[in-house]
Amino acid sequence: MADLSTISFTLNGRPVTARIAPHHTVVEVLQNEFGLFGARESCGQGLCGCCTVRVDGDPVSGCLFLAAFLEGTRVDTVESLARGGVPSVVQQAFIEAGAFQCGFCTPGFIMMTERLLEEHPDPDEDLIRHYLSGNLCRCGTYPEIVAAVQLAARRKSEARLDKAS
Amino acid sequence: MSVTLLKTHPLMPNGQVGRDVPRLESMAKVTGREDYTHNLRLPGMLHAKIVRSTVAHGRILSIHTEEAAAVPGVHSVVTCADIRTIIPEPYFGPAFHDQPILADGKVRYVGEAVCVVLSHDPHIADAAAQLVLVDYEELPAVYDEVEAATSNVYVHETLKPAGTFPDLKHLEGKRDTNVALDYRLIRGDAEAAFAQAAHVFEHDFTTQQVMHTPFEPMISVGEPTSTGLTIYTASQSPSFVRIEMARLLKWPENRIRVKTSHLGGGFGAKLYIKLEALAAALALYTGRPVRVALTMEEQFYTITKHATTFRIKSGVDTDGKVIARRCDVWWNGGAYADIGPRVTQKSGFTAAGPYDIDNVYLESVAVYTNRPPAGALRGFGIPQLVWAYESHTDLIARGIGMDPVEFRRKNILRDGRPHATGTVMKDAAIPEVLERTAERIGWDKAFDRGTGTIRRGRGIAIGFKASISPTTSVAIVNVSADGSVTLYSSTVDMGQGSDTAMAQIVAEVLNVPTEGVCVVRPDTDVTPYDMATLGSRSTFHMGNAVRLAAEDAKKKLDDLAAELGLPERSNIPVDQLFKKRYGMQAGNVIGIGSFIPTYKSPDHDTGLSDNVTPFWMIGATAVEIEVDTETGHVTVTRMVNVCDVGTPLNPKVVETQISGAAVMQYGFTMSEKMELDAGQVTNASLADYKIPSILDIPPLMESEAVVATQHSGPFGAKGVGESATFGVSPAIANAIEDAVGVRITSLPITPEAVYRAMRAAANQPLEDF
Repeated sequence: MADLSTISFTLNGRPVTARIAPHHTVVEVLQNEFGLFGARESCGQGLCGCCTVRVDGDPVSGCLFLAAFLEGTRVDTVESLARGGVPSVVQQAFIEAGAFQCGFCTPGFIMMTERLLEEHPDPDEDLIRHYLSGNLCRCGTYPEIVAAVQLAARRKSEARLDKAS
Repeated sequence: MSVTLLKTHPLMPNGQVGRDVPRLESMAKVTGREDYTHNLRLPGMLHAKIVRSTVAHGRILSIHTEEAAAVPGVHSVVTCADIRTIIPEPYFGPAFHDQPILADGKVRYVGEAVCVVLSHDPHIADAAAQLVLVDYEELPAVYDEVEAATSNVYVHETLKPAGTFPDLKHLEGKRDTNVALDYRLIRGDAEAAFAQAAHVFEHDFTTQQVMHTPFEPMISVGEPTSTGLTIYTASQSPSFVRIEMARLLKWPENRIRVKTSHLGGGFGAKLYIKLEALAAALALYTGRPVRVALTMEEQFYTITKHATTFRIKSGVDTDGKVIARRCDVWWNGGAYADIGPRVTQKSGFTAAGPYDIDNVYLESVAVYTNRPPAGALRGFGIPQLVWAYESHTDLIARGIGMDPVEFRRKNILRDGRPHATGTVMKDAAIPEVLERTAERIGWDKAFDRGTGTIRRGRGIAIGFKASISPTTSVAIVNVSADGSVTLYSSTVDMGQGSDTAMAQIVAEVLNVPTEGVCVVRPDTDVTPYDMATLGSRSTFHMGNAVRLAAEDAKKKLDDLAAELGLPERSNIPVDQLFKKRYGMQAGNVIGIGSFIPTYKSPDHDTGLSDNVTPFWMIGATAVEIEVDTETGHVTVTRMVNVCDVGTPLNPKVVETQISGAAVMQYGFTMSEKMELDAGQVTNASLADYKIPSILDIPPLMESEAVVATQHSGPFGAKGVGESATFGVSPAIANAIEDAVGVRITSLPITPEAVYRAMRAAANQPLEDF
């Protein structure tokens, strides 16, 4: 098949290089070159959101996004969120709200929620539902996901207030 | 959006069972570190790409593999002839040995696996697979379940029952039929009672073929080993896989090791044996590990939920008591039986509903067609039945001018009364579930019925299910010398939270924190036998086995203390006990539990049994909806789901199971349908096959488990994963009639279907196109 080339990018804060073919997707490169399985392919069409990663801050579907386009970018995956075994506020909220069952879609929902709360620190339920409508959960854990996002928003807001005072 | 579970369920004395323990694997799931089989990479592993049939029924004239085999990087192209060098009789299945590992001279549905291209690079295998050409002689095909039951187009030449189930034995070698099981139940004299009835109602209902769409697509990896074979597989039934592979290979069970991880969803798709036989045969054929991983599209060609036709007839007396019911159910099993015959019987015998009816005649038939195979899907056939009998129940109530809840109340099946099979009901909170559902939705309160183009309605429905039986679960509890505890069980956690629930049982018995219990993933070399993770059986069956195993370990610890001369209830820490016994940190205490409930199989001629199930599951749904009369669009504004789950082991997980099951059934009700054109699924992708998104589900969802006890269950618990699927579809159809006076009898309930029904009711029917 096609010839390999080398790309360089920043992965979860560290500079990396990878040998890729033109048809390789972001998910394939993360899984096969870096052993990162948090972004995963399910529908294969960019519809379910299980493969969500952030490229220069923007969420993309890693099952469609070609690895070749990662050259020179900053890539963040769900694996970047927990620090020293401590989950992020959003991750902790998902645990406490019981916002997952099989867990296959969970990293995608968490990555989108991180971005949602950066853009809209105090989202109402309607906004949460619209923002997360590109992610699907076949276990149907949607009520708990909404609760988790609301919990995370509240915690983040409390933390901001603490900081301010 | 709110989910509320009444917090009235008891916490057990040691504070473990009855507590909202977050799933033990929570951190792994939120950090993306959960190790699904999907993630497995083995040295030297080959990737398999399946070439699939393009015709619904045909003889294979030739398979041209040369061009694909010549592609650089292709290891080999494998056909059924090659599989036969490893497995001479390559036919598998839990009820019938009817499914070839690869098509054997004939194909029976579009999408059937015909041959396989292997390469170290999945893209090469994929590209080369496009180059395989197959010539077919097309045969007439049959797709409809009612037509197939009497058609002279036969999907199989002869029937090949597996021999596992006594009620299938009489079908051995039968020719010229598509009927893979004919179950009949005769109670009283239905015909005579119809003749005496004041009113007789008869309706037909249908359900559509749908698919599980587990988000971790199905995957099995075969690996040859020095002693035999290891199969890593996203399976709900590792013990079954091992036994079936041992049969196929004519090996002892202990040469085959089957390992599962947590599953990215199952819902019945990953049951019995699916890709495992192919992965195993390819691994042994090539001498290398082989990964067979499906795409989302390919799952539509692998296993689905039965489409059904249900003709139901009831005779009612002048007081509104149902005195006779006749049920005829046809189950569209597709081209291979899978577990369809069990669905047909185990669910079939409940087809008359949770009502006290003296005269019942019931026929339930499994039918082969040239569609993708159908098997188990969350509810094991029950949602299809409840769809019909609860729509029918509502129509009767309206027909005799009785309130639908009052009509149900009058006929409901109560503890102490015999079910249609003759089994006397016990620990089945059917009336309580009905009453709580009606109460929560405010059935007796005034209701805003809408105005103008938005009309509002309410509907309610209740269903029940028997547990598949008789089935066995075995568990081992190991107490290590430091007092830490490990549970070995082959129950597969596919998201339902079984690892956590089982750990809670162990922790409650041994009085240790649940969070410290280690649950070993199913591995047939390590974890003992379990029938399968299906039909909401694990909490009851494995839960009982785990409790017995933990109690056995506890007794052995007590015996050890006695041996060492310690007074009873001395409460000496477990690690001190081991140190006293062995002089150092050494040794184990192993507790074993094995559980199989009693059961009596239904009589072949009458379908009757006085012990047909170890427990009953009950679920009801009530909804408030809005219908847009200009578009037919239905919005469910509020949904209440109430179940009898016995006493919840983990109320939070129970709540999530209730709402999750209801959301899934909501998809099967409102949008999901496999569209077929000459047997070809034309919407095999999430782009065209719409499952519910976070925007689609009702803004108000409420879940409740009634206060109940399953006295034979572990700590009063029983199964929960399916119960909230039962009532969803008919509750919505009943609400639509309440809102706009039209009756929908086929699923899914699309805006088009509702709009067409409204136009037809107004004597302005839309033209078909």
